[in-house]
Amino acid sequence: MAKITFITSDNETITLEGTSGSVMALAVDNGVKGIDGDCGGVCSCATCHVHVLPEHVAKTGEASEIETDMLELDDNANEFSRLCCQLEISEALDGVVLRVAK
Amino acid sequence: MKKSEITCPFSEARTNKGFGEMDDQNDPVTMLLRHKDVRKGAHDWKTFQSGATPGRIVIPSEVNIRTTRQIPFEVDPPQHKSFRDILDPWFKRPLEEEYQAKLTAQISVLVDEVLALDSVDVISEFALKLQSRALTLLLNTAYDKSDLWISWGTHVFRSEGEALDGDKAAILYDYIDAEIDKAIANPGADLYSVLLASEVDGKKLTKEEVKGVMILTFAGGRDTVINAVSNSLAYLADNPKSLERLREEPEIRNRAIEELIRYYAPLTQMGRVVTEDTTVCEHAIKADTRISLVWAAANRDEKVFENANEVVLDRKMNPHLSFGFGTHNCLGATHARAIMKVLVEVLTAKVQSMEIISAEENIEELGEFKRKVGFHALQMKFNKK
Repeated sequence: MAKITFITSDNETITLEGTSGSVMALAVDNGVKGIDGDCGGVCSCATCHVHVLPEHVAKTGEASEIETDMLELDDNANEFSRLCCQLEISEALDGVVLRVAK
Repeated sequence: MKKSEITCPFSEARTNKGFGEMDDQNDPVTMLLRHKDVRKGAHDWKTFQSGATPGRIVIPSEVNIRTTRQIPFEVDPPQHKSFRDILDPWFKRPLEEEYQAKLTAQISVLVDEVLALDSVDVISEFALKLQSRALTLLLNTAYDKSDLWISWGTHVFRSEGEALDGDKAAILYDYIDAEIDKAIANPGADLYSVLLASEVDGKKLTKEEVKGVMILTFAGGRDTVINAVSNSLAYLADNPKSLERLREEPEIRNRAIEELIRYYAPLTQMGRVVTEDTTVCEHAIKADTRISLVWAAANRDEKVFENANEVVLDRKMNPHLSFGFGTHNCLGATHARAIMKVLVEVLTAKVQSMEIISAEENIEELGEFKRKVGFHALQMKFNKK
């Protein structure tokens, strides 16, 4: 079980719990604003962009090359950017805080 | 070779120099072939413009058959965003349960129809009907409107093959003009009425702007959806285990759909007009000439996709560009994905297997390249579960 917190662009804080699947799917299932997940999680649409709060980066690890290439062309991207379809829910993510980019 | 296979004609040019060239009605095109270059080109809307002369970014060019600007795809930022802001919520409706229930009902009826026949031409008797009927949901108009659209055939701008047909285009323009006038006289809950009542940057949309959105909605989602549906059916027929797998492993269906959309790339390329002298792969490109973003070539880039020329049904990382990329990504993608999702659900529930009886390929001639994009005709038999 991992607790995952999203902060939307309206500064609304939503904390959700999950045991498996991707963080994107958890967000979409719970209607987190700004996470669309159009492609269903195959890293093709970049509509699940989040910024990991700096103090939580160790929990998420680094983006893969394909993910980085995708984010490189996003105007909102920075060193804390991730596509949350590529974040698998596990104990390791417990307590992570993600700021929704859109 | 299986009838459902599509080879990549761009491999050599993509690897060796990164670009191709073709002439299109005396307005040449430099074709970007590498995944990274195509994505960068799509992202850089200032250098590679969409808001050029109406019809010029389309390949083959439609400059000679229309003057109406298609919206939003022939409009650049910042105005582009203002149009997308009003259109996006409408074009996301296919995510709603009620919409998908109606789509499921339509596709179930159609699959029952073909199961009752000895064989069918999947292009004219399945994919065209499916696309036209589903369009009534996207426009929120009466179901029987689709009968007329089906009678127009698979492409609203072409009679047969690749040649553009001005008379045929005029039928669509006159039809849309008349529908807009009807919506002005009797506003309803359809897309025409919604657009006529909408404002962009504080101004009501003009009739010409509404027409531009509607032409794009009719033309952009027609042969693309027909190609996606018919190529996918051909794949499932050629690979009987795949349908069985989709039946038994519903959790891979989404990945399978994205993979079929990657492999088949229903729209080969889209053009842009270059606003300043630039280079791609060390090749000079002059201002006011055209480039194209070849989605189909990028989707087979082996630097990005392992086993790029195979359908890997449960491919996990799949940064395909079949719906474009960046600012102008496909407005109809949500509708297209909903169609594919429902189609797979209905097929796995009702169909045991499918067989290809005969096929007539649809080959595009793109300068030095010839690419199969789908079929002109595809005779198939559907067997009941």
